[in-house]
Amino acid sequence: MPSPAFHAPDTVEGAIALLAADPLARPLGGGTDLIVQVRSGRVTPSSIVDLKRIGGLSGVRRDGEAFVIGAATPCTSLKDDAQFSAAWPGVVEAANLIGSVQVRNRATMAGNLCNASPAADSVPALVAAGATCVIAGPAGRREVPVEAVPVAPGRTSLAAGEFVIEIRLPAGRRSGSDAYLRSIPRTEMDIAVVGTAANLEFDGEGTCTSARIALGAVAPTVVLVEAAGAALIRTRLDDAALDAMAEAVRAACDPIDDKRGTISYRKAMAGVLARRAVRIAAERAGVKA
Amino acid sequence: MNKIHVNCAVNGDATEFLCDPGATLLDVLRDTLGLTGSKEGCGSGDCGACTVVLDGEMVCSCLVLAPEAEGRSVATIEGVAEGSVLHPVQQKFLEHAALQCGFCTPGFIVAAKNLLDRNPDPTETEVRYWLAGNLCRCTGYDKIVRAVLAAAAELRQERTPACTRPRQ
Repeated sequence: MPSPAFHAPDTVEGAIALLAADPLARPLGGGTDLIVQVRSGRVTPSSIVDLKRIGGLSGVRRDGEAFVIGAATPCTSLKDDAQFSAAWPGVVEAANLIGSVQVRNRATMAGNLCNASPAADSVPALVAAGATCVIAGPAGRREVPVEAVPVAPGRTSLAAGEFVIEIRLPAGRRSGSDAYLRSIPRTEMDIAVVGTAANLEFDGEGTCTSARIALGAVAPTVVLVEAAGAALIRTRLDDAALDAMAEAVRAACDPIDDKRGTISYRKAMAGVLARRAVRIAAERAGVKA
Repeated sequence: MNKIHVNCAVNGDATEFLCDPGATLLDVLRDTLGLTGSKEGCGSGDCGACTVVLDGEMVCSCLVLAPEAEGRSVATIEGVAEGSVLHPVQQKFLEHAALQCGFCTPGFIVAAKNLLDRNPDPTETEVRYWLAGNLCRCTGYDKIVRAVLAAAAELRQERTPACTRPRQ
């Protein structure tokens, strides 16, 4: 196998030109998926375009009412941003369940998103958070909800020459929080059998005013379960509301059956984990559920 | 395919090398620079035997492309001892018999030192989670964890000025 060419442009425009000129070029973030796939022969790019030398693509910054996470930001450095960690603890914990410390020092959430694995840990948390991503390409820039990026296992909606440059989440939260839980057969270093994310907002009386529940590893893509969120809104997360939420979660599952977990196990666990994630998000928001 | 010329620092020494664009940092360390302490176990970021420290952060060198090292600082197992004086992590691995075949040991020592450089007083749980990306198929991990905790204790002693140590 010939070695792919290597480019490290220092501007977004330079990266777009390289990616648009070569249909077999692939952008490189942390490389924890791409380099494994190249070495195993699963993908055979003719060139690799490293995004990490592009100014502004590394780190977390504030842009008015948004947190902006550059596409080349490794998962571990999310923890170093105290404001972001306080606002989105579920996103930070999800990104920091991926692989090992060695992997998280390289892996990025943008890469986790664009690798389009149904079991990506950070993606359900981003979807629940209502995150968007900015995509740059030959036709300019566009901003889409993160759930619009993966379309099937390993496939995205990105067009030729396009790549994600940043992920955006609301800053200035009022009275809510989020949480992510996953089930794996071990305690570290494994791929989610089920992942559930919850992002909740409450009014002053502890009534839920907004709820987004997202699932990983139980369908061909990460899924936002609108019916699950709707079951919690205008409730105080009583048992009936949580039961209805869990029922909507189980109904939204369309998992595979494999050595990691059976269909029935994944469905049942999705309901269990979603209840726990909702409780944790509520506790973090200072609401007793 | 043209080779790429890379300048970086390896264990503090300015280093330059030529590599294939798709070569990994581990390939270059072992095959070009002759630093064979870093091992290739899995080649997919699962085992941690190739752990090195890149600009202060530990990474699997099998998942870093060698051209990415341009302008950066790489620390490997070869730079852990100071001359013939072993680092406390290395010394405690010997004293606690924290290795059998030794293949995983360089990765464990680089990872453990990286933890103790930033946290001189980790709990056992913190040690175990920090080292979750390093696989050992011989020891069952317990002796490794004990060695790291013992090294941490020794490093805390070394770092405490003698006048503030409690009298024996």
